[in-house]
Amino acid sequence: MGVLDSKVPQGPLAEKWVNHKNKINLVNPANKRNIDVIIVGTGLAGGSAAATLAELGYNVKTFCYQDSPRRAHSIAAQGGINAAKNYQGDGDSDFRLFYDTVKGGDYRSRESNVYRLAEVSGNIIDQCVAQGVPFAREYGGLLDNRSFGGVLVSRTFYAKGQTGQQLLLGCYSAMNRQINRGKIKSYTRHEMLDVVLVGGKARGIIARDLVTGEIERHSAHAVVIASGGYGNVFFLSTNAMGSNVTAAWKVHKKGAYFANPCFTQIHPTCIPVSGEHQSKLTLMSESLRNDGRIWVPKKLEDAKAIREGKLKPTELAEEDRDYYLERRYPAFGNLVPRDVASRAAKERCDAGFGVNKTGEAVYLDFSAAFMRYGREAVSTQKIDNASEEDIRELGKAVVEAKYGNLFQMYEKIVDENPYVTPMKIYPAVHYTMGGLWVDYNLQTTVPGLYAAGEANFSDHGANRLGASALMQGLADGYFVLPYTMGDYLANDISTGKIPTDSPEFEEAEKNIRGQLERFINTKGTKSVDYFHKRLGKIMWDKVGMSRNATGLKEAISEIKALRGEFWKEVRVPGTINEMNPELEKAGRVADFLELGELFAKDALHREESCGGHFREEFQTEEGEALRDDENFMYVAAWEYTGEPADAVLHKEELKYENIEVKTRSYK
Amino acid sequence: MRQFELTHHQIFKSSNLQIKDMNLTLKIWRQKDAASKGGIQTYPLGGIEADMSFLEMLDVLNQELIDKGEEPVVFDHDCREGICGTCSLQINGEPHGPDRGITTCQLHMRAFKDGDTITIEPFRAKAFPVIKDLVVDRTSFERIQQAGGYISVNTSGNTQDANSIPIPKDQADAAFYAATCIGCGACVAACKNASAMLFTSAKVSQMALLPQGEVEADRRVLAMVEQMDKEGFGNCTNTGACEIECPKGISLENIARMNREYMRASVK
Repeated sequence: MGVLDSKVPQGPLAEKWVNHKNKINLVNPANKRNIDVIIVGTGLAGGSAAATLAELGYNVKTFCYQDSPRRAHSIAAQGGINAAKNYQGDGDSDFRLFYDTVKGGDYRSRESNVYRLAEVSGNIIDQCVAQGVPFAREYGGLLDNRSFGGVLVSRTFYAKGQTGQQLLLGCYSAMNRQINRGKIKSYTRHEMLDVVLVGGKARGIIARDLVTGEIERHSAHAVVIASGGYGNVFFLSTNAMGSNVTAAWKVHKKGAYFANPCFTQIHPTCIPVSGEHQSKLTLMSESLRNDGRIWVPKKLEDAKAIREGKLKPTELAEEDRDYYLERRYPAFGNLVPRDVASRAAKERCDAGFGVNKTGEAVYLDFSAAFMRYGREAVSTQKIDNASEEDIRELGKAVVEAKYGNLFQMYEKIVDENPYVTPMKIYPAVHYTMGGLWVDYNLQTTVPGLYAAGEANFSDHGANRLGASALMQGLADGYFVLPYTMGDYLANDISTGKIPTDSPEFEEAEKNIRGQLERFINTKGTKSVDYFHKRLGKIMWDKVGMSRNATGLKEAISEIKALRGEFWKEVRVPGTINEMNPELEKAGRVADFLELGELFAKDALHREESCGGHFREEFQTEEGEALRDDENFMYVAAWEYTGEPADAVLHKEELKYENIEVKTRSYK
Repeated sequence: MRQFELTHHQIFKSSNLQIKDMNLTLKIWRQKDAASKGGIQTYPLGGIEADMSFLEMLDVLNQELIDKGEEPVVFDHDCREGICGTCSLQINGEPHGPDRGITTCQLHMRAFKDGDTITIEPFRAKAFPVIKDLVVDRTSFERIQQAGGYISVNTSGNTQDANSIPIPKDQADAAFYAATCIGCGACVAACKNASAMLFTSAKVSQMALLPQGEVEADRRVLAMVEQMDKEGFGNCTNTGACEIECPKGISLENIARMNREYMRASVK
């Protein structure tokens, strides 16, 4: 190992994938029956890969910690899925989708992978409709689109505010068809705890049955990691409570390089933290920024009065409000990309203008939209003598039709009526662009080990655009892995069943059992959550929305110290041989405590600001991100050598042959 | 024009902020594993804030139990935003608690008051055996869907263009509303017969309403109903409790539609 070969096919960009598919090896149907594949994670990437590989004839085993594959966190995606269908005739094309995604990623993603993503995007929509996914439609019966995240075309397909659930159910139904045929064996309430390498190749996993506690060995000819992102390293995030890095981290420790761990997306429109008890954060769709205006008070004394409950936001005169995004970015205003909007909110709150009791919230105000839509309604409905109040009520009804479910969700959580008083929002950790390094075939640096969806690093660079996570998950699973894995598995047609009684499986199981026993036997004084919360605080304060060298160095040593304390002081009740959520959490937090350090190390080494990674030392005079293409236009792929601090950096230089590299400006 | 009527609670919200911490008495079902006998245990719990979610209240209890060297209460949860369908809980006799249109993870402690006693049990149904404490086994739902809850189309992408079959908007919307089911099992827990008709009919309806699903509609409804019966769910006696307790508001119309589909398929 040591050489990063991205294996990007030769030839013009638009022909790479087609040519590659024509040249790679195939496995004949009779031989597929003799080949086993393990898939870890059953979200959009894992579920779609499982369905397709099983349909082709491979024997597939899927593993998820949830009680059903349908509950993977892809289900929580709200807004939509991009595809270059150009149904709206507004000039969209594969190239434009590719261009927007590379630019949105701040020129830190791999051109060829992103182009392939755009190329297969249209097929995804065809596939999903054929499966019965109930996308939104127009009155003419054709599919509806909306625009998203400040791009110039309408290419987002959606199913109200629950596109993720509907796509995942489509994928799950395709899995069910294969489960019914006996081609997929679905292991629910199971967690992968290690990968097993035989002769340098991934040949199986060690998993724990979360109901009985039994430790199991499963062998296969190839293993796919589709276990999602690692946002929960921050403790508070919009991820599900169980979302974790364990599968990805364990394979990293066995030789798979981990790429760009510091590229993390902090989403601007989340419901603010309400207190110490908070267990997770709730995102509200980015689509709200189409009609809501973001502001804080202009004067510090007003902000203070609001925090103390002495002043209501609705009492503040228009001239006393600072619509800071419209002020700083007149061209894009409230629709700047996620990274820019999040940093601007933090900047105002750090300066003392925050509007909730913790001082970490800004307003998202729909009052202007009420009046705008209200006036439109008065005009189209030909209403005479409408009072200001009538207009506002008419406008509220329009806003309710568009965002009613989000307003209701907000009210349930915050207990404030957003039709009356402006919403309060604050950025929260949402998605991780970094992940396992993969080549063009989505294979990691370990032969036979693949990574798909959020678990890999390849398509979003330093910042992901809205509605492209769902696209990537399904593209990887339905349309990429089934081809590229066949190429690898063609060499395995006469390998035969992989035995699970080899020394490699023996050793891996022994290590896992040892770790689980150590958790139980430590009998310390502090719960797992205590350590997880402390780790989250270090990450948020020093490795969060803006970072500097001093803070990052502190974070590295603090995380290391915390890890030492964890292993001495953690208390895990119960036993190994039973359902034991505290034991599950202990394993996940142990891995987060290692990943967190590598994350900070990566952020420290990247001496530039790009996308979601903002280094305070590298900004323009106006406070905008300052990229350094000369020195940092590469993927940082880290090799594990024993301790996170000793990880060795390998660089994959990024070449942009089809797109001009520019400074992102939204002014 | 839609009127925005504010409840008393919303208008006087600012005064609600001042509510002091609550003291509660929790009566929780504890059961070591599927084979053991369970029972209710009582736990006093103080310092609960109105802004906490119900599950965060249980987090506080568990932290106290761990600190005291006792075993924490095991319950199912994951997304904590009302969409994954993992959380369950029968709270004071109602699936997902006293509020309507939400899951347990979206329930907040402001729905309770200082001094309340809250009884927390697992969802009860023969087809949902208890695994531990408040966690039940809902794999019966999995098997119903595996029996036929899909459209038999290959995932190769070589299908026709997505816009080649127009679907009337009303019909597409109806399919969508049926598809919003999160598979939590509240309908079963709410039903005195522990029937899974609302769940099964939502899936049958989604696909029956779409032209893509019509081709296999007969086969699907027969296979899914057969599996539902095999799992030991009860019959539907039209009490409508399932619709009331469903966090996603899945309509009883789906059951009527499934009955029609089933009849039609049976006589063919």
